[in-house]
Amino acid sequence: MNVIIYLLPLALGLGLLGLFGFLWALKSGQYSDMEGAAYRVLSDDDVEK
Amino acid sequence: MTAADTLDVSPYVKPEADGSHGMDVAVEGITCGACIGRIEHAVKSLPGVTEARVNYTNRRLHVAWSDALEEPGRIFETLQANGYRGHPFVPLRAEQEEAEEARKLTRCLAVAGFAAMNVMLLSVSVWSGNVTDITPETRDFFHWASALIALPAAAYAGRPFFSSAWMALRAGQLNMNVPISLGVILALGMSVIETANHAREAYFDSALMLLFFLLVGRALDHAMRRKTRATASNLAALRAEIAHRFDGDELVRVLAASLKVGDRVLVKPGERVPADGEVIGGASEVDESLITGETARRSIRSGAKVYAGSLNFSGTLTLRVTAAGGSALIDEIEKLLDKAASAKSHTRRLADRAARIYAPIVHTTAALTLAGWLFAGASAHDAIITAIAVLIITCPCALALAIPAVQVVASGAMFRRGIILNSGDAIERLAEADTIVFDKTGTLTLPEPRVVNAGATDPAVLQAAARLAQSSRHPLAMALAKETASAAPFDAAVEEPGQGVRAVVDGAEMRLGSAGFCNVAPGVSGEIGASHIYFRHGDRIATFAIAQSLRPDAIETVQALRDLGFDLHILSGDRNEAVAPVAEALGIPQWQGGVNPAEKIAFIEALKAQGRRVLMVGDGLNDAPSLAAAHVSLSPISAADVTQAQADAVFRGERLAPVGDAVTIARKARRLMIENLWLAALYNLIAVPVAIAGLVTPLIAAAAMSGSSMLVTLNALRANAKAADPDAVTTSVRSRASGEASSDSSLARGSADDTRLLEAGGAR
Repeated sequence: MNVIIYLLPLALGLGLLGLFGFLWALKSGQYSDMEGAAYRVLSDDDVEK
Repeated sequence: MTAADTLDVSPYVKPEADGSHGMDVAVEGITCGACIGRIEHAVKSLPGVTEARVNYTNRRLHVAWSDALEEPGRIFETLQANGYRGHPFVPLRAEQEEAEEARKLTRCLAVAGFAAMNVMLLSVSVWSGNVTDITPETRDFFHWASALIALPAAAYAGRPFFSSAWMALRAGQLNMNVPISLGVILALGMSVIETANHAREAYFDSALMLLFFLLVGRALDHAMRRKTRATASNLAALRAEIAHRFDGDELVRVLAASLKVGDRVLVKPGERVPADGEVIGGASEVDESLITGETARRSIRSGAKVYAGSLNFSGTLTLRVTAAGGSALIDEIEKLLDKAASAKSHTRRLADRAARIYAPIVHTTAALTLAGWLFAGASAHDAIITAIAVLIITCPCALALAIPAVQVVASGAMFRRGIILNSGDAIERLAEADTIVFDKTGTLTLPEPRVVNAGATDPAVLQAAARLAQSSRHPLAMALAKETASAAPFDAAVEEPGQGVRAVVDGAEMRLGSAGFCNVAPGVSGEIGASHIYFRHGDRIATFAIAQSLRPDAIETVQALRDLGFDLHILSGDRNEAVAPVAEALGIPQWQGGVNPAEKIAFIEALKAQGRRVLMVGDGLNDAPSLAAAHVSLSPISAADVTQAQADAVFRGERLAPVGDAVTIARKARRLMIENLWLAALYNLIAVPVAIAGLVTPLIAAAAMSGSSMLVTLNALRANAKAADPDAVTTSVRSRASGEASSDSSLARGSADDTRLLEAGGAR
């Protein structure tokens, strides 16, 4: 069972990575316009013509 | 483009971090995703604009520009040219605070969710290990790992509860957060001690799960409130009036809110008076129905006082502003308002009442459990553990969700039907109402006059007259213009001030205006309180009667309310002759006309003295004090600002049905709230004896908590179960048609534009 010594912190680290990813996204305003984001993905403005 | 045509927006501009200027704009007309690109592209192509970003959810645009953009007002012209109406605004302070609070809750929720999931993984391992072959060392390791996650996470995510509980305790009171905080802290403390003693079980997962469920409820609650708040401040911005101010001899367009005492402003026919003032030039008639409810117009000349919100009818006026800030209050109203607000008995909310009963019972039960086990000869350790288990199992997970969950679902259901709640406990008070007092003008009737004899007129003539009417800003012409849905105005139509409009169509001159102007004999159509406008095209003549008309569904709605058992009254500031036909059409025998604001309050107080709970529905400035005095109040969206601020909820659109919807949804919601409270009580009735007996394991606690929370949440969803409203489509179509006619007018204060904005915001 000694493998738990490595796996547990590893699992927690991955979880924390996700948590901080979410907090960063929240802070940088990525959740401020949930509906607009759904439309922006369809916009071609950033495509070189 | 001269300076006089450009809007002065300086009060709304804020410096940005990088030295450029920034501004927020509420935009009307964003209906689809393609609008995002179109607006951003158009605004960014202005020289000097460095950033333009549309927030589709809030219907707002953020613009930043450098000094290269000389006229920020051009942003609005660009929007206008693309078919959108924009208005600068500063978010209300309350909205910013709400947004900050919501972000904080979301962060707490994320941390609690992360911790609860990870600790639950460890706990499930321990539970399954306990019945198989886990070694005590591994179990201790798992428990310490849980503590390592749970303690910091709870300290962070529990702050909203801890701080509120602390504040309540310091004030010597108990609220729902006190038992929550106590339960969480004791569960964690006991778990740490048990872990140190190599115990088989710990309650870290229960504490975190509790926090997670409670935060979900709060976050939902905030998200809903934030949305209605954002919609409300957009509406406020779009309603804001433009004033024409004299700077020396030059006329500048400014926002009414930026007017100061002593400014001179010009008010053209068809415009609303932007601020309270004294007439210093010109003579006209003003319609003060938004202020007093009186539909007859008042003649004014130099020296007369006019109030913000009055509609200027016939002549151009010059005013000197006597009270700044757009809509200043008439003294009398202000005094009454203060008195009514202070006299209002503070109704205790259902949740507070539940908390007041619940918290002492729980704490006493836990104390008795402790004493009982000690008395029965158990060790101090076991007795304390059992008592804490009682606190954990009774921790009001379900109870704390019982009411907010229903509120969220019910306010969402109301929002979709066009009702925007101003206060959270309005739902409970709406449900308690048994008497409804209506104002007449603008509440039972439409806020703007309509052509009342449209059906009796040749449709072709009506269409032609309505097209011609589009070229005039006169209020009567604007009412007539609404009769055509889409026709473009005639080219080369000329407006003769004070007379009418004329244009040459099909080789003959077409005229619309006064009887003399059209050379038509002045007629009487028999409509009470109607104004007439005349039309001539060659030999074809017509007379249109324009008057206040009932909201299209007023009769059905009033009947439905009567069927629900409400006692109905009409109290109007208008003359008796004008109120009588309305009361008769609606079949409301209990009505009074010519009532002043103080008499309205007295009437409501008399009803209250009889034990009635009064729902007041009104829109005028004269209704504001009675709205404050009533048990609960509603306003149409076209109401005066001060009035809207007093109302517990605001409804949009041309229909009266939202009044009926509001009370039905509220009654249903209240029933569900009480049901939920009973469900929570039932849960405790089963769980508490088990806990007192000392049989609760963390597994049982976890299952019981999540089970009961799910149950009340699912029950709350039933508040939404009413069939989707079939009328939303018709409202939207009608308001779209009428919105087109008036979207660029200062009369946009009315329902049409507001509805259109909201229709876009609400229909999804």
